[in-house]
Parts: sequence; C-alpha cells; structure tokens
Amino acid sequence: MTEIALRPGGWRLGAAAFAALIARDLRVLARMPASFLLRTVVNPLMFVFVFTYLYPRIGAGRFGQVAGQSLATIALPGLIASAIYFQGLNAVALPLSMEFSATREIEDRVMAPVPYAAAALAKVCCSAVQSLLAAAVVFPLAYLIPAAPVRIHIASWAALILALTLGSLLAGCLGLLLGTVVEVRKIALVFAVTIVPLTFLGCVYYPWASLHSIRWIQILVLANPLVYLSEALRAALTPSLPHMSTLASLPVLAAITVLLGWAAITTFTRRVLT
Amino acid sequence: MIRLTQPVVGGLPLSVDGLVKRYRGANGNAVDGVSFQVGAGEIFGLLGPNGAGKTTTVSVAATRARPTAGTVRIAGVDVARHPSRARRWLGMVTQANTLDRSLSVQENLYFHGRYFGLSRGQAWRRSRELLDWLGLASRRGDQVDRLSGGLAQRVQLARALVHQPRVLFLDEPTAWLDPQSRLALWDRLRELRDRDRVAIVLTTHSMDEAERVCDRVAIIDHGRILICDTPHALKRRVGTQARLRLGLATQPSMALLERLAALPGIERVIPGDQSAEVLAATVDGLLPELVSAVGAGLRDLTVSEPTLESVFISLTGRNLRD
Repeated sequence: MTEIALRPGGWRLGAAAFAALIARDLRVLARMPASFLLRTVVNPLMFVFVFTYLYPRIGAGRFGQVAGQSLATIALPGLIASAIYFQGLNAVALPLSMEFSATREIEDRVMAPVPYAAAALAKVCCSAVQSLLAAAVVFPLAYLIPAAPVRIHIASWAALILALTLGSLLAGCLGLLLGTVVEVRKIALVFAVTIVPLTFLGCVYYPWASLHSIRWIQILVLANPLVYLSEALRAALTPSLPHMSTLASLPVLAAITVLLGWAAITTFTRRVLT
Repeated sequence: MIRLTQPVVGGLPLSVDGLVKRYRGANGNAVDGVSFQVGAGEIFGLLGPNGAGKTTTVSVAATRARPTAGTVRIAGVDVARHPSRARRWLGMVTQANTLDRSLSVQENLYFHGRYFGLSRGQAWRRSRELLDWLGLASRRGDQVDRLSGGLAQRVQLARALVHQPRVLFLDEPTAWLDPQSRLALWDRLRELRDRDRVAIVLTTHSMDEAERVCDRVAIIDHGRILICDTPHALKRRVGTQARLRLGLATQPSMALLERLAALPGIERVIPGDQSAEVLAATVDGLLPELVSAVGAGLRDLTVSEPTLESVFISLTGRNLRD
C-alpha cells in the first residue's frame, strides 16, 4: 500500500492550491485554442482590414489621421489595449457569472484550502495571462495588415511591460467584479452597455490629446479606465504621437487596478460566504 | 487504495457548540442553538423537514456560511476563525451537481486533488482508485454534463474523498436517486465509516435513510435539535409502541378523530387523506375498540412497528413531509 504524506497546511499548501487553480483555468483554455483565437482576433482584424487597408484603397486614406500620422499607427496601441480589456470580460466575467448562478461549478474551487480571496485572485491571474496572449496575437495583425506603414518605436521597455501587466490585471479585476455582481441573464445587456461605450470612448482610435477641442468629452473620458491603458501603450509604442505622460497614466492604471481588485474580491467573498 | 498519511490533528472530527445562524434580513434564526458531536467512524444523520436548518448547519460547518453565534470545530480547527485550514479536513457533497463542466470526470478528481496539494502522480493515482472503487472506471473520460443524476452524485462523492477528509458532509445525498443507487451509496458510506474511520454527516428528510444508515440521528425542526440518539433508542424513548394506519371510506370527520383520541392508550391521532394514523402506547385490546369506534367506514387497518416517522410525529405533531 502506497503511503503519501499530505501537506498539513500553511503557506506551501496555499501556494500549491493557488497554482492548481490557475492550472485548471489554463487547462480549460488550452482545450479551446480556436475559440480563444476567434474571440480575440475577429474584432481587431475587421477594424484593421476596413479602416487601414480598405479605406486607403477606396480613396479615404486620410480618414482618422492625427498629427500627420496614419490611423493604422494611431490605432495600434489602442487595439492592443482593447484586446487586453475584452479578454478580461470574456475570460472571467462570462464564465464566472455562469459558474455562480446556473451551474454552481465554482463550489469545488472555493472549497480549496485557501482563503476565498486566493480563488478570486487565481481567476484574475489566469485572465491576465489570456490578456497578454491576446496582445501578442493582435500586435502582428495591427502591424502587418495596414496599407500604410505603421511607425512604432519602443521608447521604454519598462513602461511597455508595466502597461501591459497592469492593463491585463485591471481587465481581470473588472471581469471578476462584473462576473460576481451581474446575474447571468443580465450579462449580455451589461456587456452591451459597458463594452461598446468604453471602447469607443477609450481613446482606442484617437489620442486623448486630440480631444482638446471638445473639452467636456476630454474630461468625461478620464473616468474610463481603458483611456489610461491606451495612452500608456501609446506612450510606450508610438511616442511620436501626442500621448498622456506615463507618469500620469501608469499610476492611475495601478490605482484603478487596486481599487477594482479590492471591490471584486469583496463582492466575490460576499457571494460565496453567506 | 493509496493511504494518505495524515498529520495527527487534535480533536473530534466534528464538534458543533451552540450554533446560531441568522441570515441577513431574515426574521428568525435558521439555526437556533444547535450542539452535537460526531466521532471518527460514525454516520450521523440530521433528520428534519425542508427548512428545518439542516443544510444551514452543514453550510456553516463546511465553511460556506458564517455562524452568527457558537462555534464549529473540524478536527479541532475553528471553522469561523481558520476556514481554509478547516477545509483541509472536510469533504462536501452538495445536493446540486456542482461538478466542473469544463473538465472530464477524472479531471474533476485530479484537479480537486491538486487544489489540496497532492502531486500530479498522487492526484492521478488517487482519482483512478476512487473511480474504480465507485464503479466509475469506464466513465473516466466522460464529460460531466452527460452523466445521469445518480452517476454525477457518485462522481461528486469520489471528488470529495480525493484529499481524504476526516469529515464528509452529504446534503440530501439520496434525494434524487433511484432505490438501487441509494442502496449502493449506503454501502459505500458504511465502508468509508468502517475502513477509513471517516466521520460522515448526512442531512435527510427520509426516515428510512436515517434509520438504516445512521448510527445516530438528530431530529431537527425550526432550527433546533429536538432529540438526538441512536435510531433504536429514539424509538424507545418516545414510548410509542405501535403505529396503526386506518384506511377510511371518506375523509375523517372531526367527530371520528375525537372519538379515536379518547380511546385508552392513544397518544396521537393524525388525520390523513381518507385515512388516519394512530400512535398508541400498546396494541393490547386496542384493535376491537378502534374497529368499533370507526364503524362501517373502515376499509383497511395496518399495524406497524414504531419508526422514526412516529418519533417525529410525536415530537412535533406534524408529518415530516408537511
């Protein structure tokens, strides 16, 4: 008879459990690479194809230009930002909302011998990994497809890595919050009223500075977390375009991530512990 | 079967002391001062009607609900103060199917083991052995959403055992099972009790189940334990010697019920649908009296041993299914 020593508890068991919770999510992801790719690629691909490939060829080449730069260059950081952002909602909010209400599948994972916050954080980490993968998938599309050359210049690797990491975590936290707060039958509605306005008003297709002529919009969009991610990536990838200073965008990004993370973990715990 | 050597931990597998639970916004207490203990190698039943507080008691003990007052200890660990440490020692089989639908049957067990710190090899071996033990070997690769209710229940049991808990909670485990699966589950539970000395706590509203598998039963109603003992002792303690069921031609009238209640040795009369149930201290000399009290409307008369149902009725005046 085989004898197995089981860890009695403590941080090593906690770390093992945390790693296993992430491994579970990655296993599920790895099983469906096609659906991951499709949900990641279709939106940016269609955008890049229509506005940066078709438009120049049908004589609308100057569409969306800012400061003499093509829309393809302007939109590249924004498209990466919105891909990161979408992933958090797709990877966490939708499945979590299902697991909480319809199927109650979350039950076994919250019974793991770790604090509930750890189960929540594992979701955020796994979502962040998917966000980074999505960024890696979207970058070549946005770089190679446009008819006009895309001018990128990585001014600071540190700022780029920080922006990608913070943005991915932020997306995961937002997904976690929505997934725990919104009932499954309302999630499609919530997606429709949050994602679309947040994306269109997220400085994805235009730099924030270019909004100066419409002051109220420029101030209003500051409430949108996506703005800081788009602008931070713009500063890191296309510094020749007008962009918000990373001294402003990165700390705000970090602050929103912490705030959303705290709110999401609180609601998650309230949801699983009656 | 692989044995997991467990560090020695102090205390009884489960001790519940003065537990009170009031849900936010609720008027009364769902659980209202419940105390009991369960030892290693014991099957303990919480028996009561729906809404009695059985599931809430289990939820608090399994760290899924916060106690309003009182303490619950799993293997000596206070569940309110150290929930994640307490979870190490408990396994849970919920009433609803909560299997992970994104994973196969065996993966459900494998990842559960991984959540509890088992190595990859250990988790695979242990899940394979448990699936074999529960007769699920051929279902290893199945997707869980294709399983029937009975099979899903068995997989949930296997999953709850992967990390070799000291206390196993089962919430209404046989509510949706066919009779054959029910018997098989009971056999497995007895085996766990005798071989692995697991403390098993199950909630049920089935008298039959409580009587046949539980070593001790607590009858619970309105959040309180009315009585707690072995099924045999419970039946004796209540004093009822016989249960008589009268089949009637019509609905029992008030006059008839009063006549029956007035007969000597009758403890309780419970009206039913074209029937009446009578609990009596003794049957000696009672039958002729009953027959003449009912008169021509009597269609059928059954005399049976007292059951836990009669215990429940004599304690609460209600039927369990009311």
